[in-house]
Amino acid sequence: MQIAPIIPPANLSNPVASQVDDALRNHIICLQTTVDGTLTLWVDRTRIKKVLKFLRDESQPRFEMLLDVTGIDERVRVHRAGQPASEFTVVYHLTSFSGHSDVRVKVPLMDADLKLPTVIDLWPSANWYERETWDMFGIEFDGHPNLFRIVLPPTWQGHALRKEHPARATEMEPFSLDDEQEAFEQDALLFNPEQWGMKRHSDTSEFMFLNLGPNHPSVHGAFRIALQLDGEILVDAVPDIGYHHRGAEKMGERQSWHTFIPYTDRIDYLGGVMNNLPYVMAVEKMAGIEVPERAKTIRVMLAEMFRICSHLLFYGTFAQDVGQLSPIFYMFVERERIFNIIESICGARMHPGWFRIGGVAQDLPNGWEVRVKELLDFMPPRLDEYDQMVMNNGIVKRRTQGVGAYSTQQAFDWAVTGPGLRATGLEWDYRKHRPYSGYENFEFDVPIAVNGDCYDRCAVRVEEMRQSLRIIKQCLENMPAGDYKANHPLTTPPRKEKTMQDIETLINHFLSVSWGPVIPPDEATIGIEATKGINSYYLISDGSTTSYRTRIRTPSFAHLQMIPEISRGFMVADLIAIIASIDFVMADVDR
Amino acid sequence: MALGVGSALTIGLILGTVIIVAAMLIWVERRLLSFWQERLGPNRVGPFGLLQVVADMIKIFTKEDWVPPFADRVSFVIAPAIIMTVILLSFAVIPFAPNIGVIESNIGVLFILAMASLGAYSVMLGGLSSDNKYALLGSLRAAAQMVSYEVFMGISLLGVVALSGSFNLRTIVEAQEGMWFVVPQFVGFVIFLIAGVAESHRLPFDIPEAEQEICAGYHTEYSGMKFGMFFVGEYLGLVLVSSLITVLFFGGWMGPGFLPPVVWFALKSGVFIAFFILLRAAIPRPRYDQLMTYGWLFLLPLSLVNLLVTGAVILST
Repeated sequence: MQIAPIIPPANLSNPVASQVDDALRNHIICLQTTVDGTLTLWVDRTRIKKVLKFLRDESQPRFEMLLDVTGIDERVRVHRAGQPASEFTVVYHLTSFSGHSDVRVKVPLMDADLKLPTVIDLWPSANWYERETWDMFGIEFDGHPNLFRIVLPPTWQGHALRKEHPARATEMEPFSLDDEQEAFEQDALLFNPEQWGMKRHSDTSEFMFLNLGPNHPSVHGAFRIALQLDGEILVDAVPDIGYHHRGAEKMGERQSWHTFIPYTDRIDYLGGVMNNLPYVMAVEKMAGIEVPERAKTIRVMLAEMFRICSHLLFYGTFAQDVGQLSPIFYMFVERERIFNIIESICGARMHPGWFRIGGVAQDLPNGWEVRVKELLDFMPPRLDEYDQMVMNNGIVKRRTQGVGAYSTQQAFDWAVTGPGLRATGLEWDYRKHRPYSGYENFEFDVPIAVNGDCYDRCAVRVEEMRQSLRIIKQCLENMPAGDYKANHPLTTPPRKEKTMQDIETLINHFLSVSWGPVIPPDEATIGIEATKGINSYYLISDGSTTSYRTRIRTPSFAHLQMIPEISRGFMVADLIAIIASIDFVMADVDR
Repeated sequence: MALGVGSALTIGLILGTVIIVAAMLIWVERRLLSFWQERLGPNRVGPFGLLQVVADMIKIFTKEDWVPPFADRVSFVIAPAIIMTVILLSFAVIPFAPNIGVIESNIGVLFILAMASLGAYSVMLGGLSSDNKYALLGSLRAAAQMVSYEVFMGISLLGVVALSGSFNLRTIVEAQEGMWFVVPQFVGFVIFLIAGVAESHRLPFDIPEAEQEICAGYHTEYSGMKFGMFFVGEYLGLVLVSSLITVLFFGGWMGPGFLPPVVWFALKSGVFIAFFILLRAAIPRPRYDQLMTYGWLFLLPLSLVNLLVTGAVILST
């Protein structure tokens, strides 16, 4: 095995880095500084497991969760000063809930030998992330039990996020499907229980395999779960994803920094502008843009409105999936009213794409206060009514309490974030503990529950809606005056007032609008508390008008992976309740 | 021919009315549900959307009547016919008014229970012959649910039979001259109501066809008019259960004289039909095993105690 050249750690002033260096001599190749301030360690692949284990178990603070694993194709990257030689880099992103911080661990690999050990034994959640990394980059993880395609079809040729892989259909041959090819594709779809790690018989009975999805009333999109049933009892349930994959990360490398914004809306398509937020914040971080207070507050207000919308949809479908027909209709009425307000502010409803690099697209319209005030008036009594209807309903309780429960430790192991994590009793909210976009100025509580079952996950979200209303109320009462967009050359599109007066602004304006802004070479990861958990964007700029690598870490991806763990031994009807309580969106899973 | 019990004209009228009412119920249910759910429902075709049913009927009759190649053809075709037949036959013994009805039978109650048992075959055969796993799960659930709930349904009726001393539905109605049986047999009424919902497998007890869990359950593979027969069969079942409640517990056609008896009958049944629709709008679906446990461990003992107490009261007076 070829070991990457060891560069002595230049600067170990970081406390976590020096702890690692003290405990494990010569394990760190070097440190990389990035503009977001996240500690970035370069570690050789032979030592990666030791370092990760140390960070998980012994470092101060402990990094409990493996938030993300992904790759970077570095072969055509220009600005790599200070980084060890690497053609493909594997990036592990760890999060500490006790220390409110992140660490990034990078492993350099050469194209000729793309192999490193799997870390599934440290975090079971690594399974899907490693599969995805293999799927997208062709990096092999030694010891991985089922390293095959996860989001792309089993018959796919090549690895889509490699730089040589085409990004547009026009770069490829016209698509055709002859009979032979069709038969081949059909064969690849055949269900083979052994391949999924399932047995056909037990000692006493023959199992039934039920294919739930990809098109089924309660899988909320194109999602498939292969069920192994003994009567109606689940022996195993293996999720199969990828039916909604659109290559959003690849598009990120193709679109300009500005024109990628509307694509982010469609990642978690119920989250609306909430998706824009981590993306624009990461770009602003690299560009060094300071966003005006007014823009920050407008962003918070809209993000919270979308949180309510998303939770309302969750609440309704949750009730519907346990067989309650009516609540979804009431909740859609509410959602409709909120969308009307969003429409009057943004001009669009579900996918406004309204945040801009450096602020928001427009100032708030005249009279916005009246409409937001209406929202604050009509929502609370309706929420109380829904409590009576759903949360206090005896049948709903019997269907969901004690079903699909997991502990905080299990949540860490499976990278569960958001309401699903808070339902296990951990009071941790990105907005509260690592505030961004001015959340530190707001007063709100972080609702938690203790049992971590389906009922609790719903209860946490219901309470979050009330907290979101509190935040919106504070936005209404304390909306700062000032600009809705920063005065910075990289703000896109730039403020236009001065373009006709001085040549500098005119040039900036011209470049930003025609080519798009050129973001200085750097890396930034920004996470937020999205509607479903931690959504983060890891952006790499190579000093060009497009991103070099856009990594979108979505909460739903991790949550689905846990389904087998929490549903074994329950009945089909319980599985439906579990799926409903996870609150996922397939677009958010597959990206 | 004169209008009277058993005349050909009456039989034709009853058959026609029952089927039309069942079909119209589709519209009534959709409008009522939407009224309770803050929306409009079908209101485009004809006045108040009344002709929606006609449009649906034209559509369903002209739709391709497809039998999946992997299905067992004979039982696949017979299954939907069974449900329509047995429910329509059950209407034969219902006394709609003093002189309106198809037959006088002194085993009316037993006849209805027998027909209800046969109805289970429709659902079971439909699911089994489809050769579809969802349909199979649905028919398994249906068989278990219908067989169990028939037990309490039968026992809950025995109180009424004991009080009136007859299995003849007409005699039962006449026995309620002084007091509706819902007063002495309130427990029996509640059990019959619950078992009735379970028998007609409507939400909250639509476990055999729970959409969110097993798509459409036993009729997943059905389309066209074969599906239509299951669909209308469900509404026919709803009308039947409502009529039975009226007959057994609410004095049948009896009511103050300013309205003809058959109108009283229709009004009372209508109230129960609306009540069943409201149930659907309001209550979530219990889990399959919870429904079973509820039935065997709660409803069965309760209905036995009810029968015991009724017997004791009758003997002591």
